[in-house]
Amino acid sequence: MGYFLSPLRGWVEGKRNGFPAPIPQVFSQFCHAMKTRTVRRIAQVFFFSLFLFFVFVTDLRYLKGYPVSLFLELDPLVSFATAITTHTVYLGLLWSLLLIIPTLLFGRIFCNWICPYGILHHFIGWLMGKRRAEERERIEANRYKKLYSLKYVILIGMIVAAVFGSLQIGWLDPICLFHRSMTAAILPMLNLFFPSSVYVRQYFHAGAWVIGFLLVFLVGMNVVIPRFFCRVLCPLGAFLGTLSTVALWRIDRDPHKCVDCDLCLKSCEGASDPHTQLRKSECFVCFNCIEDCPEDAISFKFMPPLQREIAAPVVPGRRAFLGTLLGLTFYAFGRASGASDRNYDKKVIRPPGSVEEKDFLERCIKCDQCLRTCPTNVLQPALLESGLEGIWTPILNMKLGYCEVNCTLCGQVCPTGAIQRITIEEKTGLGPFAGEGPIRLGTAFFDHGRCLPWAMETPCVVCEEVCPVSPKAIYSREVTITKRDGNPITLRRPYVDPALCIGCGICEHECPVTDEAAIRVTAVGETRSRDRRLLMDGGVTSAVRDLEKRQR
Amino acid sequence: MKSEPDEIKTGKSGDAAEGGISRREFLVRAGATGAFLAGAAAGGYALWQPKHFVPGFESEKGLQLPSYALEPNKTLPSLAIAHGADHDKTIRAAIGALGGMSRFIRKGDVVMIKPNVAFDTPPALAATTHPETLRAVAKLVLEAGAARVFIADNPINSPAGCFLKSGLRQVADDLNVDLLYPESGSFAPLQLDGEVLRNWTFFHEPFKKATKVIGVAPCKDHNLCHASMTMKNWYGLLGGRRSQFHQYIHSIVSDFALMMKPTLVVLDGMNVLMKNGPTGGRLSDVKPMNMVVAGTDMVAVDSYGYTHLLERDLAELTYIHKAHDRGLGNKNWKDTLYKEVQA
Repeated sequence: MGYFLSPLRGWVEGKRNGFPAPIPQVFSQFCHAMKTRTVRRIAQVFFFSLFLFFVFVTDLRYLKGYPVSLFLELDPLVSFATAITTHTVYLGLLWSLLLIIPTLLFGRIFCNWICPYGILHHFIGWLMGKRRAEERERIEANRYKKLYSLKYVILIGMIVAAVFGSLQIGWLDPICLFHRSMTAAILPMLNLFFPSSVYVRQYFHAGAWVIGFLLVFLVGMNVVIPRFFCRVLCPLGAFLGTLSTVALWRIDRDPHKCVDCDLCLKSCEGASDPHTQLRKSECFVCFNCIEDCPEDAISFKFMPPLQREIAAPVVPGRRAFLGTLLGLTFYAFGRASGASDRNYDKKVIRPPGSVEEKDFLERCIKCDQCLRTCPTNVLQPALLESGLEGIWTPILNMKLGYCEVNCTLCGQVCPTGAIQRITIEEKTGLGPFAGEGPIRLGTAFFDHGRCLPWAMETPCVVCEEVCPVSPKAIYSREVTITKRDGNPITLRRPYVDPALCIGCGICEHECPVTDEAAIRVTAVGETRSRDRRLLMDGGVTSAVRDLEKRQR
Repeated sequence: MKSEPDEIKTGKSGDAAEGGISRREFLVRAGATGAFLAGAAAGGYALWQPKHFVPGFESEKGLQLPSYALEPNKTLPSLAIAHGADHDKTIRAAIGALGGMSRFIRKGDVVMIKPNVAFDTPPALAATTHPETLRAVAKLVLEAGAARVFIADNPINSPAGCFLKSGLRQVADDLNVDLLYPESGSFAPLQLDGEVLRNWTFFHEPFKKATKVIGVAPCKDHNLCHASMTMKNWYGLLGGRRSQFHQYIHSIVSDFALMMKPTLVVLDGMNVLMKNGPTGGRLSDVKPMNMVVAGTDMVAVDSYGYTHLLERDLAELTYIHKAHDRGLGNKNWKDTLYKEVQA
């Protein structure tokens, strides 16, 4: 007993229920040579390292087509929730079917074998000393609590909000949460302690401390309740738990062999009550109980009797109603501010290829992969700029960076199409896309009171120099003025051509007035939204062509 | 300590508890899981979006608006000018000169009447269609046997206030006809091959059932495009960021003549807003002209209005020339079949 796949021995070694064994002899021998716990640890180390590897290589220098958003694409909650909001399954999100298969067969094996965030909590729990605690204490810590149904309440709230077009799973979906924590807090922290280990130049993220301390809090809670996040909060766990209702295999206790010692609870990760009727939706399928049972009474069985399990999650109607109310009010109160409508903030400048704001809120899962891959650090997790619903969604902050014209990395890593996977030609409106013109993120406006040539008799026009479009959106007119000392000076004073400006923000980024630049980009004029355009005909690409003709 | 059903503890749960399960139970449980899996796979694949798109550049076709104009008539006038001091009588005279409302409205027609209610101002300031003008036109339409009449506009000021203070809501209430406010669900994109106007949000609700369309416009000075008359009146059928129209105002106003082919237009010249338009604000901006111009050709009606009501030089009214040059109407109203009458 206690060897890898030994629970499946019926299938491995021969016949069970009259069905032939699908697994070859050699494999079965290999499986017997290794303890289940060891194999699981190998899997955990593998998937955790893979996750870290993806996080690390999400960088222009190392990104060689690695599927860095694979964990997000495998996440069935991401594809399910975006399917509710958008009625589509975007590109790679179809991979999530791969994860649904083992869940429907074996239950929540994802939680303890694959999920990097679950593995983190498992490891931290182990590290923080529960393993050294009294046996009885450990058993008590792993009993099921009513509190553990909270994750279903959270899931219901998120699904209800999604029905109305507000995608909020990203707050607590473990993959989104972990990616976001790594991007906004952990990697910048590493780079502060070990300069140039992660970035060429230090990255900054607005409100990084909130994201960082949230991670610390959730990890720290393992001291109070083992696997606190996984058992209490995780909406993905709740989703997989719901799916595992129909799982065909599960942990099963033989009541004839059982002596009620409860030792199976000693290292039970999910708090799924293996000592009595198994709570199938709570079981992480860690197999610890099988090894911990001194009586050999627990095994992983194919279709054990239904009377010995609690198949579905236990969510009393009143709590489900509370979850529904949570989702309804979150959506309604968030929307009622008008932040995604006419009351939009000028600072909500979305990455290139972003869909229209309401669609954006249907797609963005706040994983902040775009922030991670952005080569200029311009992308920032929004605080309240885009309203309650848009917290931690990406916006551009030209103080920290600018949008590189020949770059579409954010769209390449976005798993849900909040930022569509556009090409450089589609972004810049070149080649076959000349008719449409470029994607505009906003429009630059001069603040004459702060501009050196406009207000301070000083030559400058850095903005014109760095303007990356051709013909330049920033042009200047030569004027000769009499200076304060009576001497004449000839200056070039800059202007913006709104039909040419793409809102990339490099002018603002490079402006010598660094605290509040003399030229600033605001969201108006962005092409993704009809209601936020500045010029009739979306910026008149015909005027651009006329100008080009005149210049020739 | 532990509370669990006795049957589990003792394993008295029949054959299923020990030694495997029945074939039937196997099929039911495996079938449920299999169905779930197949459903997820089929659903996922059906909803799969295998290609990205470029946001903001989706080529989405809007709806086409049909023509509400009558067949051209060679014997009846296409333009009528009526002089008189009383709204009702003068309008009856003008429509009568065109051959009567029965020429335009048949029994059972659903008629959309578009007044200009752009501003939250009282009728005396002449910035909106006068309620008595609307009342007279609507009564004629009802007398001609219209089954249903809609009155609708998407004003610049708040809709409820505009309809209330312009007095037009009272008219709708008195005559028991439907007043449609521009609610958020009332709009749909319109497709047009205009000079500038190509795909724009349109106040579609009243046109879902309408068989005839009548425009009833005041005659007003306009700060940017010189005059707001029957062509400019259709501005109020559009939604979205209309303030952008001012970047190409003459192109846009001439595009309205392409967008809307009305059955009839009525230009209310009883009191004309001569200056400080299109909002007005002082009674001294208004001049009584005691005239109503009606016709089937907006370009001809507006040409007459600009020269004879606002008393200005047509040469400066760019949109009229654009519309004329594009074959959307005849700016030389004297060349059309017209009739001038006294009420």
